[in-house]
Amino acid sequence: MSTFAHQFFSGLAMGGVYAILALALVMIYQATHLVNFAQGEMAMFATYMAWNMMDSGLPYWAAFGLTVVLSFAAGVIIERVIVRPFAKAPVLSMVIVFIGMVFIFNSVVGWIYGYEIKDFRSPFPEKAWFGNTLMSSHESGVIVVTFLVLALVYGFFRFTPLGLAMRAAAQNPASSRLVGIKVGWMLALGWGLAAAIGSIAGMMAAPVVYLDPNMMSSLLLYGFAAAVLGGIDNPWGAVAGGFIVGVMQNLVGAYLVGTQIQLSVALVIIIGVLVMKPSGLFGRVIVTRV
Amino acid sequence: MNEPVATPLMQVRALKAFYGPLQVVHGVDMDVAAGGITALLGANGAGKTTILRALSAMVRREGDVIFAGQNLKGQATEDVARLGIAHVPDGRGTFGALTVAENLRLGAYTRRDRAKVAADLEIIFSYFPRLRERYQQQAGTLSGGEQQMLAISRALMLRPKLLLLDEPSFGLAPIIVKDIFRILRAINREQGVAMLLVEQNANLALDLADHAYLVETGRVVLGGSAQQIRADDAVRRAYLGY
Repeated sequence: MSTFAHQFFSGLAMGGVYAILALALVMIYQATHLVNFAQGEMAMFATYMAWNMMDSGLPYWAAFGLTVVLSFAAGVIIERVIVRPFAKAPVLSMVIVFIGMVFIFNSVVGWIYGYEIKDFRSPFPEKAWFGNTLMSSHESGVIVVTFLVLALVYGFFRFTPLGLAMRAAAQNPASSRLVGIKVGWMLALGWGLAAAIGSIAGMMAAPVVYLDPNMMSSLLLYGFAAAVLGGIDNPWGAVAGGFIVGVMQNLVGAYLVGTQIQLSVALVIIIGVLVMKPSGLFGRVIVTRV
Repeated sequence: MNEPVATPLMQVRALKAFYGPLQVVHGVDMDVAAGGITALLGANGAGKTTILRALSAMVRREGDVIFAGQNLKGQATEDVARLGIAHVPDGRGTFGALTVAENLRLGAYTRRDRAKVAADLEIIFSYFPRLRERYQQQAGTLSGGEQQMLAISRALMLRPKLLLLDEPSFGLAPIIVKDIFRILRAINREQGVAMLLVEQNANLALDLADHAYLVETGRVVLGGSAQQIRADDAVRRAYLGY
């Protein structure tokens, strides 16, 4: 029983990381209907930046905040400089650009920091909170951070004029321009937010999976499975999907298939969802009347 | 040929418009009077919609568009909107997945005078009380007539000096069209919003408009007051059907 509970809760914590990553994917998907394959590598790069800052003596949360802000800026710049020129190109060109970015980030980080695995600190105390024997403080902390990120994202899109403008620009760019929204900047902003959110996923994952240039490759696959499972146009679904995938991965890995082929769980989920329910568990079906 | 209009709010000179390499509008001159209603008449495919799109910089254009003394050369669509030209596009262009409330809030996106925005919302509800009932509803679930009302209201939330209306009667039952046109006239009179109306139904348009231009294959072939246009024999035969 306690093994089961332990597997369940540590799955929940890893699910939090997938959920945040899925949120970042959803952010860009909603705006452009593209899945950013480089999301994981961008997050990995951000995590190295955070490590660098802490290594040079910055306190954790200062490094955390600075990394989020710098990632946001980097996301905006990437959209403006790399993605924008392909705005009218076919989807496949964009996919190639994303794949190119994966390799560039990966090798640049390897070149700067080397490929040996590094430790990454958790901001949460070593002793579990409230005598919790099932979850370490980092695991509970990740879940709290996940919900904080979700609340911030939800609040931003639901209650701020800028958030509304971004939703409008994603949905109907032509009409958005007619009400005076600078649609191009909304896309850049979406990339900035996605990069910032992704960097949080990286920093939450690193204490568990350790820091190395390939740390995000399997995480992104799980994040992608989470987004597809929850419905890639729905932030709530993405988060729910993240937790479900995290728990399933652990339980299936522990009881059914063993950890060696755990990763295929993500693929099975992706294919299963795409076949059975392409809009995902919580995907919104837009009602229209003409 | 074109009658000069007193105090033009917008002057259009030698306007050309293109879809890619294809030129659709071939040098249009026209004036839109401040506070008046001007109609663009013409058959399907004459280029009326394209002229409106060119005014809002939604298609590639050449020539001069002078609005309230300012040449709009090089302005992007969002800048044109910020100058006070609100465009109700063909197909209405409402945000179907957003609520009525959010659609209206987006209409006022560029405005910072919150108190006045709230007051304008009340004015809009006085013209379209239906929208108050539907306020929290998803716009895509509204009926065609309600969506048109929402599209017009969304444009009015910009507090525009000029409202561009692209076929507001399209796809609507005659009784609803009558209602909407009556309200448009009231808005024009009471709020002083100038309107440029594209309409295939010439009878309807000439009832509402003070001035009209007749567009054929991307050119203005006739312009004048609504009465003059209505009295023109060729127009009567070709477009009014009597």
